[in-house]
Amino acid sequence: MFQELSEKFESVLRRLRGQGRLTEANISEALRDVRRVLLEADVNYKIARQFIADVEKRAVGQEVLKSITPGQQVIKIIYDELCKLLGEKEAPLLFSNRLPNAIMLVGLQGSGKTTLAGKLARHLRKKGRNPLLVAADVHRPAAIQQLQVIGKSLDIQTFSEEGRDVPAICRHAIEHARKNMLDTILIDTAGRLHVDDEMMQEVRRVKETVDPTEILFVADGMTGQDAVNTAQAFLQQLDFSGAVLTKMDGDARGGAALSIRAVTQKPIKFLSVGEKLDQLEPFYPDRMASRILGMGDVVSLVEKAQEAVNADQAFRLEKKLRRQEFDLEDFLEQLQQVKKMGPLQDILAMLPGVQNKAFKSMQVDERALIRVEAMIHSMTLAERANPSIINGSRRKRIAAGSGVTVQEINRLLNQFEMMKKMIKMMKHKSGGNRLPFGF
Amino acid sequence: MLSLLQKLSSGLQKTRSSLVEGIHRVVNKARGLDAEVLEGLEEQLLLSDMGWETVEQIMEQLRRRASAANAFNAEEILQILKQELNEQLRGVAHGPLNTETAKPYIISVVGVNGAGKTTTIGKLAHLFSTQERKVLVAAADTFRAAAVEQLDVWRHRAGVDIVHAQPGADPAAVAFDALKAAMSRQVDVLLIDTAGRLHTKGNLMAELTKVNKVLERQCAGAPHAVLLVIDAGTGQNGLIQAKEFTKAAPITGLVITKLDGTAKGGIVFSIVRQLGLPICYIGLGEKIDDLEPFEPETFIEALFQ
Repeated sequence: MFQELSEKFESVLRRLRGQGRLTEANISEALRDVRRVLLEADVNYKIARQFIADVEKRAVGQEVLKSITPGQQVIKIIYDELCKLLGEKEAPLLFSNRLPNAIMLVGLQGSGKTTLAGKLARHLRKKGRNPLLVAADVHRPAAIQQLQVIGKSLDIQTFSEEGRDVPAICRHAIEHARKNMLDTILIDTAGRLHVDDEMMQEVRRVKETVDPTEILFVADGMTGQDAVNTAQAFLQQLDFSGAVLTKMDGDARGGAALSIRAVTQKPIKFLSVGEKLDQLEPFYPDRMASRILGMGDVVSLVEKAQEAVNADQAFRLEKKLRRQEFDLEDFLEQLQQVKKMGPLQDILAMLPGVQNKAFKSMQVDERALIRVEAMIHSMTLAERANPSIINGSRRKRIAAGSGVTVQEINRLLNQFEMMKKMIKMMKHKSGGNRLPFGF
Repeated sequence: MLSLLQKLSSGLQKTRSSLVEGIHRVVNKARGLDAEVLEGLEEQLLLSDMGWETVEQIMEQLRRRASAANAFNAEEILQILKQELNEQLRGVAHGPLNTETAKPYIISVVGVNGAGKTTTIGKLAHLFSTQERKVLVAAADTFRAAAVEQLDVWRHRAGVDIVHAQPGADPAAVAFDALKAAMSRQVDVLLIDTAGRLHTKGNLMAELTKVNKVLERQCAGAPHAVLLVIDAGTGQNGLIQAKEFTKAAPITGLVITKLDGTAKGGIVFSIVRQLGLPICYIGLGEKIDDLEPFEPETFIEALFQ
């Protein structure tokens, strides 16, 4: 998500990065491009304009003139302002002690409420709660059945009733939840247009009846300029507590996130990223903001790396690298540290410049790492320290020991040799600069 | 029954009140073609989801034409803008499908999740059966929970037959069965409801290609129409959707849904301009007859009344 916006920003900002000093003229040119990027990303026109004005105000004049690297300064300002717009921290679901807690899902038709109800039910159960799905969409054909099928697939109860009195259905659902010791009810309301007075009145009555702990406004992540109007209207009528953006697994740039957040000041709580019921992600505003800027999630990566890599180890390794003593034992240590940092795919996504198309479709095979580990484990310490002694019969033994073919052993050893060569080249190129994170 | 214009007008009320009143406000204030006026017009067009590029082009034309015509009068400028928008849509034969060119005339309905495909099929089934055409619908959305049941309710309302299979069945097999049934039952129009899919999912797009292939193998020229359903609220992603779906299943026309809200559907201008696709119908509500043929002149008239 936001990848395209990141790419665009990257191309806009690359121009700024190259320049030694910022003039007012080139700020305004870059900001015009940024405005265009925001508009193409479906950020509301007025919000984009406000955003640009804020950045310009902060960028032109003192701050920039004082700064040594003006390009970075502007990027920082854009990033800060984006963070501000997106909301400064993560917003989990809120609960109260008065049981059952009620969570209402509201929004336009086709925004993805019913699927989200299933995902949230699953999420709640994982958090140790006992959810009840409530079918409150009596308008759309087969909406109730859809929720029932989803509930059944999760083995989570669905409450439904004949009849069209939605507040009554919800009241009965609460009674049912009380009797059955279910602590959270998830109300899947019908999709409705914010200009449909009758339908908006219905959902207001549901709110009065259930006194919900959360009302989540569910919005399609592909929404354009109108996101502002619908979010505002739903906020006015229901004062919802948070928003969820759906269909974020597509390539929509998701400017609606900025728009909704900016006009309602309510947090975005989740991103829904697929049709399967486990495809729900928390929304991290800071992470999003840095991704939008094409900076990659540098902050989180640094944090993760710091946690995982023992500084002492890193220092030892660096010395070894410099002296060309890097052996398979070190390689194994590195692998284990990389594994501690979490799935490779996530780490790749966090690196700046890895937003581009080549990486987008790249699949990282986590199991390959495990195989490599097994191969190195099957070697003797002498072999690890000096891979050149690994002859044909040793290869056979290692292959048998780690359950792989001799060809795989050959490949590993070749790759290791290549890596050593690359490290040597890197050393010459960079003039012995500190290697990042001990790699 | 309301006239087309009336119905469109009432459906587009919200669009008009925000887009056109905005423009009126701007134009009325205008003494001349100054930067402020143009900026205001540009803002109104951008707020309709028309997209940066399209708006840029329209504005450029507007500037040129207005100064060439010495038009500084508010009404004149609006007329020129209207003409310009009209030209953006002209050149493509918009409007309803002619289902009499083949028998059975096979229509495949595609789009992203939640665009309104099933509802549109219900409305189309109703429309064609009121035209005395024998209609069959095929539930080829075998993926989404209760999609078949949803279509079943609609086809009952429209009073037409349905072909469906077990959940999880191969959509191409459903399409195949439906085509066989359509041929043997002398059906005039076969409507195929496909599962919603994001255009970024390669495997699901390939599935769509397969459905089309199966249809074509059985009946040359099929599907005769592939309608892409687009939510009027969709932003710039709509253009990408149209491009990507066209690659998997050559789109022959568009249906714009949910135009009865405040969403302005301006992205259609970009789609028509860039891909030359006709807009066949527009959806204006949840009732079975809330579907109208698209007509550029009426559409733009309704925008600027």
